[in-house]
Amino acid sequence: MLPEKIHLEIVTPERRVLERDVDEVILPGSEGSFGVLPGHAPMLSGLSAGVAVARGGGEDVVMAISAGYAEVDASHVIVVAETCETADEIDEQRAEAKVKELEEEVASNSETDPEIVRLRMLKHIARIRASKGKY
Amino acid sequence: MASNARDLKRRIRSVKNTAQLTKAMKMVSAAKLRRAQEAMMGSRPYAAALGRLVADVAARVPAELHPLLTQHEQERKVDLVLLAGDKGLCGAFNANIIKAAEAARIEHEAAGRSVELTLIGKKGIDYYRRRPEHTVRESFGDVFRKIEYTFAADLAETLSERFRRGESDAVYLVYNRFKSTIAQDVTVMPLLPVSDLGDAADQDDYGVEYIYEPNAAVLLETLVPRFVSFQLYQAMLESVAAEHGARMAAMENATRSAEDMIAALTLQMNRARQAAITTELIEVVSGAEAL
Repeated sequence: MLPEKIHLEIVTPERRVLERDVDEVILPGSEGSFGVLPGHAPMLSGLSAGVAVARGGGEDVVMAISAGYAEVDASHVIVVAETCETADEIDEQRAEAKVKELEEEVASNSETDPEIVRLRMLKHIARIRASKGKY
Repeated sequence: MASNARDLKRRIRSVKNTAQLTKAMKMVSAAKLRRAQEAMMGSRPYAAALGRLVADVAARVPAELHPLLTQHEQERKVDLVLLAGDKGLCGAFNANIIKAAEAARIEHEAAGRSVELTLIGKKGIDYYRRRPEHTVRESFGDVFRKIEYTFAADLAETLSERFRRGESDAVYLVYNRFKSTIAQDVTVMPLLPVSDLGDAADQDDYGVEYIYEPNAAVLLETLVPRFVSFQLYQAMLESVAAEHGARMAAMENATRSAEDMIAALTLQMNRARQAAITTELIEVVSGAEAL
């Protein structure tokens, strides 16, 4: 018999951000975004900066997370991330300012590796998207 | 005699001031301790989850695959990382940890290993500044006021790089582990090569075959450095909580001693005053008799 819910736990170095039973989890895997439903095969995936969604009980929790890992089995998902902010915690203006700042850095300074800046930008773009509830 | 009473009064006032000060410091430490403890507790689920992941992945990949998991053939060069406090007035906190670092250094040197020190916290820096015969590789003061994960990550990266290049064969962390508000455990923990993966290594192994995405070796590549950084970060959190606990206890003791002293001095002062009154009375009475 398949479990009906997934027990989702999200931990960061600072705190346990979230722990609840949900119906579906969407995560930004390092090889591409993926969804987890109850009864998923055991999996261990790297996560890149992006938007994560926890669906359950008619409400979606949208979060921006940065690099980390997800441990998945039939009825559990444990997300181990460096940072995780829920949509209402994010200061959208600041995230946008940060992206602009990084864009200018690439434009003005040829010494910094654009690839590295792009990776850093990814995190803030994820925050903007999460704060708008987009995923 | 009268002047004696006045002197005593003055001393009582000064001791009272000290008691007030130590009491205030105790309160401040208590507040800081609570925050530090929260940070420490908050990091524990992450530590547990990360440790389990590393143990899990490492078990499926040959250990030689990751340089930070691999024991060097010979241990000749050792990095000691000392986590002391930035401030004093916390009892034997700093003295104990420095003593432990020295003991570890002497032990390694006696075994023919060269030791390089990485100092975190002003008290440790001060100690080795007066002893220039020891090699201090790098020192960091004033990092405990606000502990940044990035600081731990950067330092862990430096230490890992040295280990990878063979500039060190082992890295040990010397720090105060938070045991309870009043007790600290002086701990020497091996940081590199990564050996202690927590209790997670043995249990939890009921033959679940995971899908790895990307593959286990690539995951391990990023997991291990993160694990090392986090161990350092957690040691810093523990050390800070321990320091505030030690300071709180020290200030509590100081306040109590001051109060005892005030009681003793007050008694002495009252005696002196009474003696003065008695003398005066005798003088008056014998003066009246003489008439």
